[in-house]
Amino acid sequence: MLKRTALYSAHQQLAAKLIDFGGWEMPVQYTSITDEHLAVRNAAGIFDISHMGEVTVSGLGAEVFLNSVLTNDIRKLAAGQGQYTLMCHPGGGVIDDLYAYRLSEHDYLLVINASRIEADVAWLQAHAAQFTGGGLNLQDVSHNYAAIAVQGPRVKEFIHLVIGGASTSVFKVLAVTELKKNQIAGFHFGGHSLLVARTGYTGEDGFEILGSASMIELLWAGLLAVGQPFGLKPAGLGARDTLRTEVCYPLYGHELNENITPMEAGVGPFVAFDKGNFSGRSVLAQQQANGMKRKLVAFKMTDKSAPPRPQYPIWANGVRVGEVVSGTQSPSLNLGIGMGYVPPILARPHTNIEIEIRGKYCAAVIVPKPIFRK
Amino acid sequence: MSHIPSDLKYAKTHEWVRVSGDTATVGITDHAQHELTDIVFVELPAVGRKVKAGEACAVVESVKTASDIYSPVSGEIIEVNPTVVDQPALVNSEPHTGGWFYKIKLGNAAELNALLSPDDYQKQIGG
Repeated sequence: MLKRTALYSAHQQLAAKLIDFGGWEMPVQYTSITDEHLAVRNAAGIFDISHMGEVTVSGLGAEVFLNSVLTNDIRKLAAGQGQYTLMCHPGGGVIDDLYAYRLSEHDYLLVINASRIEADVAWLQAHAAQFTGGGLNLQDVSHNYAAIAVQGPRVKEFIHLVIGGASTSVFKVLAVTELKKNQIAGFHFGGHSLLVARTGYTGEDGFEILGSASMIELLWAGLLAVGQPFGLKPAGLGARDTLRTEVCYPLYGHELNENITPMEAGVGPFVAFDKGNFSGRSVLAQQQANGMKRKLVAFKMTDKSAPPRPQYPIWANGVRVGEVVSGTQSPSLNLGIGMGYVPPILARPHTNIEIEIRGKYCAAVIVPKPIFRK
Repeated sequence: MSHIPSDLKYAKTHEWVRVSGDTATVGITDHAQHELTDIVFVELPAVGRKVKAGEACAVVESVKTASDIYSPVSGEIIEVNPTVVDQPALVNSEPHTGGWFYKIKLGNAAELNALLSPDDYQKQIGG
């Protein structure tokens, strides 16, 4: 039996096409992936992201603990700020990529991938049990939260009409639209509390909203109704994938897994070597100094071809050199795009490669990230 | 509600056949294009290729997935549709007309009897 979010009946009412996404029955699209994608790029899209996981980490020991298990430096965060970060095992491979938010001096919220909730919680709990610093309280609160993402250039024109007024917790802003990128604060909505972060996974301006399952349907309905005249459309996982691929955001299980390091995946900027020791540090430092065996690149197809897909081989100079990890037809660019791993010597923009698609070697070229930029 | 033209015959795998003497035109149904949505690429068999009924002979790609197309009948490919290769979206907008895939010289006309009538295809897809 697949898991369903609190918005399941909303998806049914919209006649969404539902699929099995890591054990969750989720909408892949409502009308068409292309339409939903373009709505986000040009106006606004609303996504159910309730399947994602949340973990609270609090206490006097929270900061030291988190800095020992995450790669980025949590001390950079003031209350009301969040950062992209990764969790690695001692071999340097990625357990998950996630966002860490500081809600107060001793309170943190981690937002983690739906497919990694069990793995992440087990890892964090094992390390919390070994933590000798004291004052540490760690809770998996995933079942307490539902969540919605609203993304697109026009979201800021209407979100405050639904989530009105000044913030009520974490830190003070006079309106939700005053949150800067990566900031988070608490607001009230219809007598309920919710957390709003100016973050997203699409490359557009937008907000991610966390609240209780009991109020999320009302919030979804409110946003849809108010946002519709601004061009807001419901958007599913299909568009979520094409949007993030265009801007080269990694997806765990594709660009990242337990055998890939943040350095190989090109997210080295989110690894803070100078903060002290953390899980995976020594291997990552070695890679930083000595180089790595493979690097993530972005590419575009240069001739008309079928779209590149995950696991298609990458060839260069007559030799098979790597594999595609994400690939699709880009709705914004109308050509095939993707990301894949190749030897570092080939990992330079303008390098010509070929993607093997059903036995044909289709011309492509490595491009700088992001592939799509306005 | 899928459109199911009454002058066509259908395969269980959602291809349609329009017979004209000893040749036939093949494409995919309205139901199929609706399931796939957003067709971005069509790969057609080479002219001259001989195919057997049930053999995968074309590929249709949507944003999300690649789908094999199975020839509903045996025979030799005598013509393919260059317009649908140039404009894959025709499969979505005109699945039974402008979005046709290929014409085939029928190798065994008796195979047509194994195909579904419009009513039987309607029953198969429900609704």
